[in-house]
Amino acid sequence: MLRGRVRRFKRRYSRSIGEFLRTFLRNKFGIVGSSILIVFVLTAIFAPYIAPYDPTDVNSIGVAPPFSPPSWVKIFDNSIPKDKVFGLLGTDELGRDIFSQIIYGTRVSLLIGFAAAFISIFIGTIIGLVSGYYGGVIDEALMRITDILLIIPGLPLMIVLAAVLGSSIMNLIFVIGITSWPSIARIIRSQVLTVKEMKFVEVARAVGAGDGYIIFRHILPNVSPLIYVNAAINIANAILIEAGLSFLGLGDPNYISWGTMLFFADQYQALIKLAWWYVFPPGLCILLVVLSFIFIGHALDEILNPRLRLRR
Amino acid sequence: MKPLIKVVELKKWFPLRRGIIDALLGRKQLYVKAVDGVSFEINSREVFGLAGESGCGKTTTGRCILRLIEPTSGKVFFEEKDITSMSYGELKPLRKNMQIIFQDPYESLNPRMNIYDIIAEPLRVQGLVEDPDEEEEMVYRALEEVELTPPEEFFYRFPHELSGGQRQRVAIARAFILKPKFIVADEPVSMLDVSIRSEILKIMLRERERYGTAILFITHDLSLARHMCERIAIMYLGKIVEMGETEKVIQEPLHPYTQALIAAVPVPDPTYRRGKIPIKGEVPNPINLPPGCRFHPRCIYAKEICRKEEPKLVNVGGRLVACHLYSSK
Amino acid sequence: MPLLEVKNLKTYYYTLRGPVKAVDGVNFEVDVGEVVGLAGESGCGKTTTALSIIRLLPPPGKIVDGEILFEGKNILKLDEEEIRHIRWKKIAMIFQGAMNALNPVMRVGDQIAEAILAHEPNTDKREAWERAEKLLQLVGIDPSRAKDYPHEFSGGMKQRAMIAMALACNPKLLIADEPATALDVIVQAQVLDVMRSLKEKLGLSMILITHDLSIIAEMCDKVAIMYAGKIVEYADVYSIFKNPKHPYTEGLIGAFPSIKGPKKPFISIPGSPPNLLNPPSGCRFHPRCKYAMDKCRREEPELINIGGKHYVACHLVR
Repeated sequence: MLRGRVRRFKRRYSRSIGEFLRTFLRNKFGIVGSSILIVFVLTAIFAPYIAPYDPTDVNSIGVAPPFSPPSWVKIFDNSIPKDKVFGLLGTDELGRDIFSQIIYGTRVSLLIGFAAAFISIFIGTIIGLVSGYYGGVIDEALMRITDILLIIPGLPLMIVLAAVLGSSIMNLIFVIGITSWPSIARIIRSQVLTVKEMKFVEVARAVGAGDGYIIFRHILPNVSPLIYVNAAINIANAILIEAGLSFLGLGDPNYISWGTMLFFADQYQALIKLAWWYVFPPGLCILLVVLSFIFIGHALDEILNPRLRLRR
Repeated sequence: MKPLIKVVELKKWFPLRRGIIDALLGRKQLYVKAVDGVSFEINSREVFGLAGESGCGKTTTGRCILRLIEPTSGKVFFEEKDITSMSYGELKPLRKNMQIIFQDPYESLNPRMNIYDIIAEPLRVQGLVEDPDEEEEMVYRALEEVELTPPEEFFYRFPHELSGGQRQRVAIARAFILKPKFIVADEPVSMLDVSIRSEILKIMLRERERYGTAILFITHDLSLARHMCERIAIMYLGKIVEMGETEKVIQEPLHPYTQALIAAVPVPDPTYRRGKIPIKGEVPNPINLPPGCRFHPRCIYAKEICRKEEPKLVNVGGRLVACHLYSSK
Repeated sequence: MPLLEVKNLKTYYYTLRGPVKAVDGVNFEVDVGEVVGLAGESGCGKTTTALSIIRLLPPPGKIVDGEILFEGKNILKLDEEEIRHIRWKKIAMIFQGAMNALNPVMRVGDQIAEAILAHEPNTDKREAWERAEKLLQLVGIDPSRAKDYPHEFSGGMKQRAMIAMALACNPKLLIADEPATALDVIVQAQVLDVMRSLKEKLGLSMILITHDLSIIAEMCDKVAIMYAGKIVEYADVYSIFKNPKHPYTEGLIGAFPSIKGPKKPFISIPGSPPNLLNPPSGCRFHPRCKYAMDKCRREEPELINIGGKHYVACHLVR
């Protein structure tokens, strides 16, 4: 007979985790999505080692003439003088290296995206669980609140909140998190309604389990595949919203995110000046990160969906 | 000898949802009277059958006894203790004596838990075992008892990896691990392939022998009830119409409904010619119950009194029958 | 000449993992006015056989080999257009769980009339409705209920309505797949009574597919016991029940407790039905058979006549 708690624990869960990873990495969407995401995450973590300049450092201003195109443009047009081009992605209106800004911007955009999504998933899940499980007056009350938040137009609400609270990273995370939980709550609640009628929940009650135990041990695990799938979409959404809010000028002025880069690009009329290297890189990064999460979400959906049906 | 379980006038009425218009117009609240005044006793170690067609209230009765659904009225006594008026806190320690096995082997196991955790759960919830090694021994033994061997092979598997019959064995292991004195078995084999039913029932009966458990065997299959149950109660539209020793009820049914049921059961013998079934009409609407005896619109012996008065259960030669043919003497 | 002859039918499902040999060499006959039972547990191939006969096999199913002679003609050779003249007009089918197949937003009478019009497009609409009413009467439903919607019908009535729909074009052969499962026992008896009366009134021939041997005993003249895609025993109903020769037949009969007569021991067959992607070698039943010999593992037994049109596929029988 087996002895040892650690051995038991490992055997119990390593099978399912291993199986899951294997299936996930066999899925085309999963591979592409996670590869892209890993690149960005590593970039964010190792930013100081990758970026040649720290964009918040005052000394990084004016390392080259403002609005200089990237160096490799010379491959196509040799006539441009050497001191008028700079770096991998050229410079901005203050002559700062755009490549460095993109690298450091990854940190801000990803951080806000993950944190805001985490808050909205956390709130949404708890509300969905409580509402679905207890029903009755609690359910009605919570659902009415959810409805109200769903009706109010999202972006205008966030703009108002951001303007009132002031633009800082914490506030942005708060604003996005607080306004995105309703849709998750609804989805979770409807799944909870299905799960709580299942016979294994009744058996748990027959054995003497209380509500808390049943919610965390039986309902939550059967609802979590849904959470994972929605989490990916949620994070993508949060990143997009952050970009949007920053582009509108509500981003934290002390930090550079991809959205703020676009804001400044617009402010200083980069497109009119044909400085494509200022506009495309941040836009492309936003696109790629969002795409990677959508792919991951799709892969998760494909894998976890048969289980979502809760029947063989 | 005192009965293990005593059910007294158990009722469960499900209210139908009313719209605002109905409430404003003051229309009466309608109910589905799934269980409408059911009384019986189950003795220790007995296999007691509760039989009837779909909608008769047998499953609801079973769940009410365990208080998985709250009865609308009536009482249930376990070893003379009134469990219907207890709080959930008081009820919890008693729960280890009353377990349930459901019909659907797919839905009664949490698809996200492995077999080990599923079987160990009752032990953990009731706080009976502290030492994880002791727990492992008990789960091991439980799997051996239901012949899922070698047990270690099954510990970390998930329900979707097992067949229907194997899942039902897990359900049985889980039900008996607390060594309960009473189990409600709700159609435990009706969703399994025919050739393995006997095996599963044999395991159930063996566990019952081992632990001295009484079983409330709920089924719609009278042929099966005949083989499994010592005593049986036949239900129709929420009431018991006949109750007694199984073999006697089946061979000499007294209530017209029982007679119709028995006449309708097909027999695996080509030389047997089934006669006409002594019943008429269609299954009634459970919301609008007929007045008087519920069965009278379909009964070929219906008299005037049957339309007016509901018959009570009377003792006819050791058997209880609710029919005016026997009670108005 | 028998109405239907199935000769060496083989139907496989070509899945991603390989061919599932759902029906692997099945032979039986249905004479005019006869009820033939196809009995077996889930996965034995009985529904696939039925779908093959009526040519409604879902992909990836394919009829790989064999002949199906209906009134002497091989219907497997017909193309889709020709088969439509046979389907529903000569051979009709009641599918498993049929009572749930009624469209909830159409009146029952309209649905039956639709079946008539679909196969006999030149029929007058009023005539189709009248025929629908008459069909309902045939199955014991008051014709005035034709204008009701399915939710106003009880389970037994819905099933009988489906039988009426199957009879819409006066077929000669009716295939019924589990017509009485999921019904309460009294309603089940009523539905079976209706089917028996149809056999007598219309001279209908039937193939009755079910796992319930009690229903087989009550309704059928001949029985084919199927296991893992093959017929293991095939005889008239009395021989099957009084003189079963195949161990599976014995086991199956023993697994049905009877409400009449003395209490027989209630037996079960150990193990479970095999995986048809990779069926066992030799006799497909050998892993579960208590009489299994060495030969059973190596060689597949042939279906042989042991006298009086009683066929058994088992090495124990010579």
